[in-house]
Amino acid sequence: MSFRLDLLPKKKYVVPGNAACAGCGMMIGLKILGMALGEESVLVIPASCASVVQGLAPKSGVAMPILNVPFASSPAVATGISEAFKMLGVKGHAVVWAGDGGTADIGFAALSGAAERNSNIIYIMYDNEAYMNTGIQRSGSTPRTAWTTTTPTGKRERKKDVALLMAMHGVPYVATANIAYPQDFYRKLKRAAEIQGFKFIHLYTPCPPGWRFDPAKTVEVARLAVETGAWILWEYDNGVFKLNPPSTVYADKSKRRPLKDYLKLQGRFAHLTEEEIKALEEEVDAKWNTILKLAKL
Amino acid sequence: MKTLTVQRTALTGNYAVAYAVKMAKPHVIAAYPITPQTTIVEKLAEFVEKGELNASFVNVESEFSAMSVVYGAAMAGARAFTATSSHGLLYMYEAVWWTALSRAPVVMAVVTRTIGPPWNIHVEHNDILALRDSGWIIAMAETVQEAFDLTLQAFKIAETVVLPMAVGVDGFILSHATEPVEIPPQELVDKFLPPRRPDVPLALRPGNAITFGNLPSDNRIHARHKAAIYQAHQEAKAVITQVDREYGKMFGRGYQGLVEWYKASDAKYIAVCTGAWCSDAKDAVDALRERGVPIGLMRLRFIRPFPREEVEKLDQYDLVVVYDRDITPAGGILGIEVKSALRRAKVVNIIAGIAGVDFDNRNFYETLQRALEGKYRDVEVVI
Repeated sequence: MSFRLDLLPKKKYVVPGNAACAGCGMMIGLKILGMALGEESVLVIPASCASVVQGLAPKSGVAMPILNVPFASSPAVATGISEAFKMLGVKGHAVVWAGDGGTADIGFAALSGAAERNSNIIYIMYDNEAYMNTGIQRSGSTPRTAWTTTTPTGKRERKKDVALLMAMHGVPYVATANIAYPQDFYRKLKRAAEIQGFKFIHLYTPCPPGWRFDPAKTVEVARLAVETGAWILWEYDNGVFKLNPPSTVYADKSKRRPLKDYLKLQGRFAHLTEEEIKALEEEVDAKWNTILKLAKL
Repeated sequence: MKTLTVQRTALTGNYAVAYAVKMAKPHVIAAYPITPQTTIVEKLAEFVEKGELNASFVNVESEFSAMSVVYGAAMAGARAFTATSSHGLLYMYEAVWWTALSRAPVVMAVVTRTIGPPWNIHVEHNDILALRDSGWIIAMAETVQEAFDLTLQAFKIAETVVLPMAVGVDGFILSHATEPVEIPPQELVDKFLPPRRPDVPLALRPGNAITFGNLPSDNRIHARHKAAIYQAHQEAKAVITQVDREYGKMFGRGYQGLVEWYKASDAKYIAVCTGAWCSDAKDAVDALRERGVPIGLMRLRFIRPFPREEVEKLDQYDLVVVYDRDITPAGGILGIEVKSALRRAKVVNIIAGIAGVDFDNRNFYETLQRALEGKYRDVEVVI
């Protein structure tokens, strides 16, 4: 699917009054979601940064219908909305916009349940790799070695790969995305909207205060994640697993920038030794091996 | 109207609930298996699969998700139902509060069961009473017929008051006991229960950029929202009485509103209880009456809204004996609540039937007699 940037909706879906931090990667994602599905969706937002930055009731800083829901409930609430819409003959998507803690940790049972029963919802996990709203505590989606307030010397465990886990459920559509590549994310949202059943998009969203980097560099950090191979863009569409550009290029390791370029911008990795960086590079390679094997299947 | 026939049949408590739900024509049902609730949703699944009920039946992976699914469905304008028991209710607890505080008019059957450990599937009321502070309307059935009637009424009450409602059915002694039931014709039920308004409490629709549940600019907005739920409970009392009156007119079978008074008008002493064992208590009242003891009974049909005005009338009796099939470290829940509304009357709170321990008409007779003889402390646990 191709589209022209100048033909994208001009309407602003993230408007003044929202309370997001400067340089918030999640809000960039929300803008793109608005452009892609803003008029045809109802958002379900569990406890997260997204629930506290919407703006203050009775007003809102997000020009989309939003139902705020308990932390672990969003896949099930979205299922209920989707089933109600079906029975009442209402056209539209139930879209979950949830953080990594709400998805990888507390909400994972409900997420797996919704995937297994193939609920007709679009689930977007915006991943800022920790509980940012409560003050940067580690989540299951925090990468190994990253500093957080509950891993003051760096997380010792690996990051849970939720997108791959969802693909292993055999659902109709799973994709990864990154706010530095809005066209790719936009296309994936539009594709998800065409498909009946369970759709999952894992969106990479840097967090300046949580990752300890200059808020002017959100997009740069996000782009470096892809260019160093730390974040891989792929999609799993009705059983076909494929890499998406520009990650396609980085299947060739020699084309990737050194991982250090990505790490050095972020204070959360400032304490890393050369050996730890090397170990992380090996993890990136191992991840690529897995993804490339899946893409060849 | 005369051509419409009432069907007389025999059903278990759980099947009676399932038939009532079917006749209410819900759009969405979500459920997770737990004994002794399971036969309700099994029957509903069968209705849906056979095409007798046009609803979406969602099998979920937990009770927390069951409540979350019906919550989402109700907020999107659907009529929605779930059922649970005991640990299932506790597992969905956060969602239960969220549903009430969102004013989502969900209906749930709670087939009451003991909370463990040890594991125990038999009747106790602690589970449904855990709903009491959350904003849910809570009713308790005495008979299979009342379980049917309350379930049908629950949809109308919930959608009028714009709050969720739980119908309590005592585990096994009602849920799995077969009794004669009258099932009204569908045409009449449709008249009694018109389709739900999908835009109350809010019109959650694509393109309608409203938010529900985000942080308020002033905490007084939140406080007013909570106060409105308190107020809705006060107003619900009249709604419940009105709905029951309307139901009585249509189906020839009404109840007395929030509470049922039994042989109470000329009594000096009174027993208070809720749920299926009230029938046993009534037997004991009859037997004591035969021996010249002026005793009556008040059955709490509704726990929420708390029938304060009716409970205050208990002050005119010389002794009030409140039976609780629940237990807390502070005493029985009904005992505490009844006492909170009284100024004068002496109250004895008997906690009995815990963990499904049998407590029949003879046990009621004996314990009432002992209470009248002054042999009990203020709170007495009888095992």
